Amino acid sequence: MTIPQEENFMRKISAEEKIEPKDWMPAAYRKNLIRQISQHAHSEIIGMQPEGNWITRAPSLRRKAVLLSKVQDEAGHGLYLYSACETLGISRSEMIEQLQTGAAKYSSIFNYPTLTWADVGAIGWLVDGAAIVNQVSLQRTSYGPYARGMIRICKEESFHQRQGYEAMLALAKGSEGQKAMAQDALDRFYWPALMMFGPHDSDSAHSQKSMEWKIKRETNDDLRQKFIDQTVQQIEVLGLEHPDKDIKWNEERGHYDSSDLNWDEFWSVINGNGHCNRQRIEHHVAAHEEGEWVRDAITAYNEKKRAKKAQHAA
Amino acid sequence: MTTSTEKLELFEVFVRSKRGLDHKHIGSLHAEDHEQALEYARDCYTRRSEGVSIWVVKSNDICASQEDDADCFYDPSDDKPYRHATYYVLPDPVNNM
Repeated sequence: MTIPQEENFMRKISAEEKIEPKDWMPAAYRKNLIRQISQHAHSEIIGMQPEGNWITRAPSLRRKAVLLSKVQDEAGHGLYLYSACETLGISRSEMIEQLQTGAAKYSSIFNYPTLTWADVGAIGWLVDGAAIVNQVSLQRTSYGPYARGMIRICKEESFHQRQGYEAMLALAKGSEGQKAMAQDALDRFYWPALMMFGPHDSDSAHSQKSMEWKIKRETNDDLRQKFIDQTVQQIEVLGLEHPDKDIKWNEERGHYDSSDLNWDEFWSVINGNGHCNRQRIEHHVAAHEEGEWVRDAITAYNEKKRAKKAQHAA
Repeated sequence: MTTSTEKLELFEVFVRSKRGLDHKHIGSLHAEDHEQALEYARDCYTRRSEGVSIWVVKSNDICASQEDDADCFYDPSDDKPYRHATYYVLPDPVNNM
């Protein structure tokens, strides 16, 4: 038996109306959203680490300023998403605790190390590129605050992908050594970037319900295909070799056929055994604890101001 | 002598015209409290189904930046053109990534 509230909720969903924070929603819809939005927020925050690794070693002042701006944007995106998630009734500190204890996940791509400068270019181009494909689709998600956050983020994200591609282009058109470095970064980041879209639809635990509720608008495999298709020409223009030797245009499908991914690697990284899983969380915990005095100082200052005001009033 | 409206508080009114869109500032009004402000806002600003949701906020609770100070307030981002996508010149075939 469906209760009238649930009927009303489903009516909004099928009419492409957004669900807003004060609307009634099924508990499982709320839970599913909290899982997805907080995971998205955590990814923005943890995603600052691999690139932050290169800020002090960027090859020029220009590249350094660009990278700083990009990492700063990621912090901002994390904030938009945490705020959107808080409208569902979970607190910021609960989310941070879930991240630090491993109860909440973040995108497995950030568990790969950034070994060379070219990795920074490859991340902007491929990782942000894949994120954009996903986020453009999420601009139509059914939860209002999430959809509006996505629109804001997509507007800012375009620069991330373009600066990454520009950096790759400079290397690919550079010396033999630089070109080899670009190729190596492409070879290492291409596959994990494809894994960012998640498991095959048939193996995705949350997909079906999320599609029904229009939290997700396109399936993992469809989004991945879109990214595969758009990346082929970008690799050609760089003059680099495609990491997938089986990539082949399929006239009938109107898409590229490609090799299947190494799903053992995917599950292993998701389950905590990537190169950097422990390091990423340890760093987050350390940064959080080292920042304690700043949070304390803000509270102390606010209390002092309040006391002063009260004294004046008296 | 204070008139009766001066005893009332000023509220700012924000209206969401359609589900999924942001609330937009539409005007202000005097009211006794939030509940009354909400009803007045409905009568004042949404007589022709202009909205599906209204927010009212006490004007005094709004902290605003000074437009006269805009130059130095926003100046830190003026010399960072690289924050814009158009700053990066890419080859034509991939330019609309």
